[in-house]
Amino acid sequence: MSKTVAIIGGGIAGLETSIQLEKLGYDVTLYEKDKALGGHAGKWDRLFPNRRHATEVIDSLTSRIKDKVQINLAATVNQIKRENGSFLVEANGKSQKADAIVLTTGFELFPANKKEEYGYGIFENVITSAELESMFSSNGKPLMTNGNNPAKVAFIHCVGSRDEKVNRPYCSKVCCVTAVKQAIEVKEAIPTSDVYCFYMDLRMFGPGYEDLYKEAQVKGVNFIRGRLSETSEMEGGRVLIKAEDTLSSKPLKMTVDMVVLMVGMSPLPSTEKLLKDLEITPNNDGFVQVKDYHLEPTHTEADGVFVAGACTGPNNITDSVNAAHTAALEVHKYLTSE
Amino acid sequence: MVNFGYTTLPTHIHDMDKADLGLADSISFEDSSFNLCIACGSCTSTCTAGAFTNFSFRQMCHQIKRGENSQAIAESEKCMLCGKCTLACPRNVNTRNIIRLVRKANQTI
Repeated sequence: MSKTVAIIGGGIAGLETSIQLEKLGYDVTLYEKDKALGGHAGKWDRLFPNRRHATEVIDSLTSRIKDKVQINLAATVNQIKRENGSFLVEANGKSQKADAIVLTTGFELFPANKKEEYGYGIFENVITSAELESMFSSNGKPLMTNGNNPAKVAFIHCVGSRDEKVNRPYCSKVCCVTAVKQAIEVKEAIPTSDVYCFYMDLRMFGPGYEDLYKEAQVKGVNFIRGRLSETSEMEGGRVLIKAEDTLSSKPLKMTVDMVVLMVGMSPLPSTEKLLKDLEITPNNDGFVQVKDYHLEPTHTEADGVFVAGACTGPNNITDSVNAAHTAALEVHKYLTSE
Repeated sequence: MVNFGYTTLPTHIHDMDKADLGLADSISFEDSSFNLCIACGSCTSTCTAGAFTNFSFRQMCHQIKRGENSQAIAESEKCMLCGKCTLACPRNVNTRNIIRLVRKANQTI
């Protein structure tokens, strides 16, 4: 009888782990709490650094899943219990047995309303980076609430990242390059617009990222080195923003038509409950603690429980795919060594 | 000596071989949050005094770290101790305490 692996979360990491484990001959039960597969990437319009459509990546993954993967959509896993050396996974009132678990639960976007001084949820033209992606998907360009094209757009980096005041002291890693990508896209969609990025440091760590930054400079995106302190609303839904222009050591104010908050990656609260069930302690940032950061990045301290993707901390798609491959191989080694 | 009418300009560079970093050392010894600044400028942009004068807490800290102590001490006098910067700082630098330590150093010099 072939063995069953339960994969919790149907984003990039969960899909890739399912594909690999199925290829290795296992039965896979994939749980996804949403109605569709793809996770956050599935809701994105285009991806950095080459700006291909996110659907291309998601469709490629889902097309490679064959019939030995049982896909459960709108299935929230409420409990995982150990029973005679295997696991019982309970979702929507139904329990299923699994011989190993892979946690690919992902992250949540930082709830921007926690930075009240930035005005999200209070001022109408303050939006998040995720909402800008939806605008690109549906209109091909950003629109103010009154239906006009914004003439001036400000991107605010590090919202819910590198900020001890909201208990998110870590860098979310992918928002810098996302802001640069989106800034270029705004410039292309509305060529007459002025686009500003307010940053502290620009962390262009991946291949092609620095090129994207240069492309933004060439296309006329302005970079101001300073962190937003507060916003206020002006006539016509415009937004007044304040920061220090640290390179000239002067406070700066600017009225813009739209503010885009680059929200970081936060630990998903519902993962916490599963970690308790499995007796795994979260790391300092609240993400899943891996067994050895350098050498066993997809193991957890719990026997038979593996992990991949952004539930271990901020990740890009490549990181998630790599971790998924590793996790699948580690699951295989675990299930064949018994 | 013949006067050719030439002179040498005083140096404008940070000469870190000669910089007096005593104040920086004593402040970071008494309050290590002084070391945590990432120069984001949240303190300056939220500063009540900074909106009307050229006071910049971020710049003052930087002056101390480069040994420009007399400028920094003069800067510290502009602070009204309202504490808005303490609320804004993403690294939890104890900004008001740093001001207090700079002023205290001025009294003991």
